Amino acid sequence: MTAQELDPPYLFADYTSTVLRSPGKALVMPPAGLSELTGPKFGSGDVRDTDADLTVHGSGEAIGERIIVHGTVRDSYGKPVRNSLVEVWQANAAGRYIHKLDQHPAPLDPNFVGAGRALTDDEGHYRFTTIKPGPYPWGNHHNAWRPAHIHFSLFGRAFTQRLVTQMYFPGDPLFFQDPIFNGVRDEAARKRMISHYDHAVTSPAWATGYRFDIVLGGAAQTPMEES
Amino acid sequence: MTEFIYEVTDVPVSEGVTPWQTVGPFFHYALPYDDGPLVAGESREGVFTLHGYVYDGQGDPIPDSLVEIWQADESGDFVSSPGIFEAPPADGFRGFGRSATDTDGHYWFRTVKPAAVPTAEGAAQAPHIAMSMFARGMLRRVVTRVYFDDESAANESDPLLSSLDATESTTLVAKADAEGYRFDIRLQGADQTVFLDVAAH
Repeated sequence: MTAQELDPPYLFADYTSTVLRSPGKALVMPPAGLSELTGPKFGSGDVRDTDADLTVHGSGEAIGERIIVHGTVRDSYGKPVRNSLVEVWQANAAGRYIHKLDQHPAPLDPNFVGAGRALTDDEGHYRFTTIKPGPYPWGNHHNAWRPAHIHFSLFGRAFTQRLVTQMYFPGDPLFFQDPIFNGVRDEAARKRMISHYDHAVTSPAWATGYRFDIVLGGAAQTPMEES
Repeated sequence: MTEFIYEVTDVPVSEGVTPWQTVGPFFHYALPYDDGPLVAGESREGVFTLHGYVYDGQGDPIPDSLVEIWQADESGDFVSSPGIFEAPPADGFRGFGRSATDTDGHYWFRTVKPAAVPTAEGAAQAPHIAMSMFARGMLRRVVTRVYFDDESAANESDPLLSSLDATESTTLVAKADAEGYRFDIRLQGADQTVFLDVAAH
C-alpha cells in the first residue's frame, strides 16, 4: 500500500465537515520538481529552549497531569530526520483550548499556553513537557467527543514530507465514536497515531511520559552542498 | 532502593508512515504568526502580493484555513535563512510563507517571482510556487502549484500545465492584478483547482 492509501480520504461523510471541503476530482501526479523536493532548513535560532515546555509560561504551575512526550522522526527509509521543526498544540487538562472560538464551558488555565515548538536533534529525536489534554465535546454528531489528542505539525526535509497529524493516548475509551481518528481506514496505520506509555522517560516525582515515533512519507532531494 | 518491575514491556517502535489528521479549528494560536506571510522583504526588487480566496464546495469562503507556500528565489536557489519565524531583511528572502485565511476566506503573501526550476530529471518547468492548504474538515492537506499568467511561453511548455486541459490548467495560473497576483483555491465544482499528489514521489 502506498503512503497515499494509508492516509485518510478527503471525503469521509461521518466527519460531516469533509462533505463540502473535499476535492471533487482525482489528484494529479506532477513531475517531481525541485520546489516539492526541497523545504525550509532549520537552526537553533528558530526555537528557544522554553518553547518545548508548555508548562512554564505562566506565573504558577499548570493544572493537570504533567507528562513528557518524546519520540523520533524518521523518513520512510528509516533515516532520522535531523534539525527539523516540530510544532504542537492542544487543549488543556479540562479539554479547553485557548482559542477564542472554543466555546466548551470548561475552565481555561492561565498557566498553560497549549502550544510549543522543538527541533529534532542529530538522532531525529524531539521532546516536549506538557499537560495531558482532556477530551472535549464537539458538534459533529449527537454526544460527540474528541479523544484526548495533541496536534503535531512537521516539516521533514522537503515540501513532500510535510505532515499534520494528531497523537492519541493508549486505551482511550472514545476512539470508537471519533470520525477523525477513524478517518484513517487502515487499522495498522490508525494505531500508529496512538502513543505508548514510556516509563523510561518518566521523571521521578515530576512527570510521566509517552513515546510517539513519527515516520514521514514522501521523498526529499539531498542537495549537493549537504553531500 | 530496589526498583519494582513486575512486567517488562519494550516500547514498540512504530513502523510505517504516520497518517495525516485534520489541522482542526483551533490552530490559530499555534501555527500562524505575524511575519508568516512575509516571504520577501518590503524593498526587494520585484516584490508583490500573492493573494486569493479559498472556497468550499458551495462556493462559500473558508475562514478557518491555513495556506503555506515554498519557492525558489529569483536565481532558482532554495534558501530559508534567517529562518521561517523571522521577517526577512528589507531586501531579503526566506522561501517559506504561512497565512491563515481571514473571515472572508482571504490569504496573502509578500513575495517575488521565482526563477524557473527544473524537474528532478532536469526537464524545464515554468516558474511556479508550491502551495499547501489545510483546514478543519480536511483530513489531510491539498497541494497545488501557483504559476503566473505573464509567463505564457514558459507555461505552454511546462510538463504539468501542458498535460492538463485548458479548464484545468487555468486553475493553476495566478492572474496579475493591482496588488500583484491573485490565486483562488476552489475545492469542488467545474472550476475546481487542480490538486496534486506529491506523496508518491
